[in-house]
Amino acid sequence: MIVGADVTLPDNAGYVVAAYLVFLVLLLIYVVIMATKLSRFERELTELNEIAEKRDEERTRSAA
Amino acid sequence: MRNVVNGVLRRDLRIDTRTPQVVPGMALFSISAFVVFHFALQQRSVSGNLAAGVLWVTLLLAAVLGIARQFVADREEGGFEGFLLAPVDRTALLVAKATSLFLFLIALEIVAVPAFLIMLLGPSPQEFWRLLLALALADLGIAFVGTLVGALAVQSRARDLLVPLLALPLLIPLLIGAVKISAPVFGGPVAAARWPWVLALYDLVFGLVAYAVFDFLLED
Amino acid sequence: MYGTRLRALSIATLITLTGGFALAAFYAPEDADQGFMQKILYVHVPLAIVALCGFVFAAVCAIQHLRTGESRWDLRSYVAIHMSLIFGAAVLITGSIWARASWGHWWVWDEPTLVSFLIVFLLYATYQPLRFSIEDRDKQGRYASVFAITAGAFVPLNFLAVRMAQSYTHPRVFATANGGLEPRMKVAFYVCLLGMALLYATLWKYEMTSKNTSAQIKRLRRRLAGDEGALPRRSASPTLEST
Repeated sequence: MIVGADVTLPDNAGYVVAAYLVFLVLLLIYVVIMATKLSRFERELTELNEIAEKRDEERTRSAA
Repeated sequence: MRNVVNGVLRRDLRIDTRTPQVVPGMALFSISAFVVFHFALQQRSVSGNLAAGVLWVTLLLAAVLGIARQFVADREEGGFEGFLLAPVDRTALLVAKATSLFLFLIALEIVAVPAFLIMLLGPSPQEFWRLLLALALADLGIAFVGTLVGALAVQSRARDLLVPLLALPLLIPLLIGAVKISAPVFGGPVAAARWPWVLALYDLVFGLVAYAVFDFLLED
Repeated sequence: MYGTRLRALSIATLITLTGGFALAAFYAPEDADQGFMQKILYVHVPLAIVALCGFVFAAVCAIQHLRTGESRWDLRSYVAIHMSLIFGAAVLITGSIWARASWGHWWVWDEPTLVSFLIVFLLYATYQPLRFSIEDRDKQGRYASVFAITAGAFVPLNFLAVRMAQSYTHPRVFATANGGLEPRMKVAFYVCLLGMALLYATLWKYEMTSKNTSAQIKRLRRRLAGDEGALPRRSASPTLEST
């Protein structure tokens, strides 16, 4: 803390930090949950793209 | 509408007088609870706020038992479906069910309150009308909330778990008011005069909510 | 589509919430009674207010769902309750920390707002089990909406009763919300409140976008791979079939 260099923080400052940490941690947990969801979407979309490509290939082969 | 209310109500009461289940169950539970309180609190008698608390916790838990059983007979015997098929006003079922729960609660209290006075209460009760006022207002609220919760939970698989989980938090404001009003009867402090109004407001709000949403619980 | 204004909303949230916390830390003066500890107010109270407004919003969406019968209103209500529950958990934990800091106990019954918040939280915690235990999709949505409306009506009544029950024990120790805050504190508080509301809106939209995306993927899978490609459902959240 730059402004607080000569100010000593009171003893229970830890509680304030803890309260804001709780907020941060919950937000980060939410980020983790969304990350797992996003990776599932990615996996599913990759899979679906493969299916679509395979189908296109078959179509061009049967047309030829 | 009055015919429907009468019909459902009479059938509910007849089921419970012919093969008594709900009211005797609730009454037995309340007396067992008083015995449990005696041993758990290690006291021969209770008074003041503690007495009001013991009485109301017992009544509330007994009421939850009754709420859980409320729609079960209908569902098991197919009465629920029969009612849904009949072209009648859904509000009639709400009124009938709430009235029957109200009557069951009064029957419970006719047993439980004297039992409490005899078994656990230390000082002799004063200004008994306060307890009657609290009982009347609380019973009305429990009847509305209980009918709503019972109907919400009856279609779910986890019915027995959901009823207490839903009903207890919903009934906490009612419990606060009832304890405040009836504490002076057992020698507790006299609370502010506006508490009966708060309970009346609670009854009104949940009566209206139940009236507004009950139709959607019965659509099929 | 739910993701259209998501980026703008995220940036606004980032700026407002960071600015609010910075104002709380450096601009707002220390409280005369509580000292540095009072800074918890800037995270705890906005969280509580926003969580409660979220519950009310869920009730409004539930009314819309019952009136129109469209499942997207059910989804909105579901996501709103979901977010409010997460915010509610944060409220209870930060409130508990505040109680510990100012009274030395992790939980006190003298703070009516916190106590009534706990009751509301307990009630809404039953929302998900209720959904899970009803098989029929249509019925599930309807029953969940009835619950959301009932609980929404319960919130103000509960606050009234709990506050009245305890008003005689303690003078109000916390200068919460509007009463008795110094102007500079007020500025910081309102910026934090706005930031928190924006955060709620962002996360709500985020979750809605995610649910919508998942529904789109499911539709695509059904078109490409047929019904045998459909994965089993694992959640009780409402589905969007026709968006």
